[in-house]
Amino acid sequence: MANLHRFANPAQFQRLSRALLPWVAGITAILFVLGLYFALFASPPDYQQGDTVRIMYVHVPSAWMSLFCYTFLAVAGAVGLIWRHPLAFMSARAAAPIGAGFTFIVLATGSLWGKPMWGTWWVWDARLTSVLILFFLYLGHIALSRAFDDPARGAKAAAVLALVGAVNVPIIKFSVDWWNTLHQPASVSRLAGPAIDSSMLPPLFLMAFAFMGYFFTLLLIRIRADLASRKVQALRVAALAAAE
Amino acid sequence: MRPKHRRLAYVAGGVALLGAATALVLTAFQDNLVFFYSPTDLVEREVEPGRRFRLGGLVEEGSIERDGATIHFVVTDLAETVPVSYTGVLPDLFREGQGVVTEGVINEQGHFTAATVLARHDENYLPKEVADALKDSGHWQHAEGAEQ
Amino acid sequence: MLDALRTFLGMGGYAAFVWPALILTAVVLVSMLVLSLQDLRRAERTLQGMEPADRPRRRRGAA
Repeated sequence: MANLHRFANPAQFQRLSRALLPWVAGITAILFVLGLYFALFASPPDYQQGDTVRIMYVHVPSAWMSLFCYTFLAVAGAVGLIWRHPLAFMSARAAAPIGAGFTFIVLATGSLWGKPMWGTWWVWDARLTSVLILFFLYLGHIALSRAFDDPARGAKAAAVLALVGAVNVPIIKFSVDWWNTLHQPASVSRLAGPAIDSSMLPPLFLMAFAFMGYFFTLLLIRIRADLASRKVQALRVAALAAAE
Repeated sequence: MRPKHRRLAYVAGGVALLGAATALVLTAFQDNLVFFYSPTDLVEREVEPGRRFRLGGLVEEGSIERDGATIHFVVTDLAETVPVSYTGVLPDLFREGQGVVTEGVINEQGHFTAATVLARHDENYLPKEVADALKDSGHWQHAEGAEQ
Repeated sequence: MLDALRTFLGMGGYAAFVWPALILTAVVLVSMLVLSLQDLRRAERTLQGMEPADRPRRRRGAA
């Protein structure tokens, strides 16, 4: 019966997520529509990169989200390890595949952008290599979460991985500054301000917010699904126990 | 039996992925922390002729000469220069004043023969009208040009 | 009208790169959403099927 009492807390999450989800999803949808409109119709081609610049409007938001999501995994992991809050590990477990998806998008769209502009699909420079490593770390996190019969052990192992791998996040960010890379330096987050013309900022920021909204929408859905299936399991266990 | 095998697969998979990630890190550090050498690096470093490496910099203004299927140009970092020859397909962005990363070998006379040529672009994004206006007004700053 | 469409689709000559990148992004984002929603629906449906028989006793004033 102790198992069922653990769900008393998440009931609060259920109420909150039920109330928030339609709003977050709705705003995300609007942001995507606006973002895509600006990205495809209401922004100019770049003076040198032409219309390939439109790939930036999905590539860069995905990159920002893949770093944000991994940081989320590390923080949630730490909270779970230190304070043992069950929602912490659950959010990490729910977030990891989303982050892996974003990272896959970064790598694939980057490749499609690199071929016409750089002349190659891939190079082993510091930026691209460290992002590929991030992708492997995500896959490792997903695997570890599911590798043990006791999900708590998997969650702890994944949390440790998230913390150990967290050093990769600043490495990725500063790779273009610390080493010679083919990938160019930062265009937005620099002391001198964005190196992007104002006509190209609306699609970039709209899509960035859309991706962020998407992350939270999907996160809420996945946690709700996880809570529901855990409840199913707990009820089954309780029914079995009662039947004996 | 089956859940146990699945768990084993997940653990093995997770470990394998971690191993791949670590291997990547090690090879990256072992091989070349430096993705390319600049012309100044070459002067300071004395790369042995025939050894394959990457050379990066800008394509010097006025240095491009086409000789049939072969193209000759000069790579500069505004301090030192290296002459380069290349036969093959060039990226769309390749032109004078543009960043370039080329892989190949250098000979004893200091002439670089490229096997691949990649274009390197800067972090600036502008519409054509704005770029043209900047060029007209004399405020245009090339690729990595001079660091401000 | 058709010209404008062709220009748009052509993406300045880079259509072979731009459209796959955008479509790939959409496919990944939509599939993740669909799969997650399927998991949620499936779990909630199962839960609804179970609740009446195994409903846990609600505590008064519980959060």
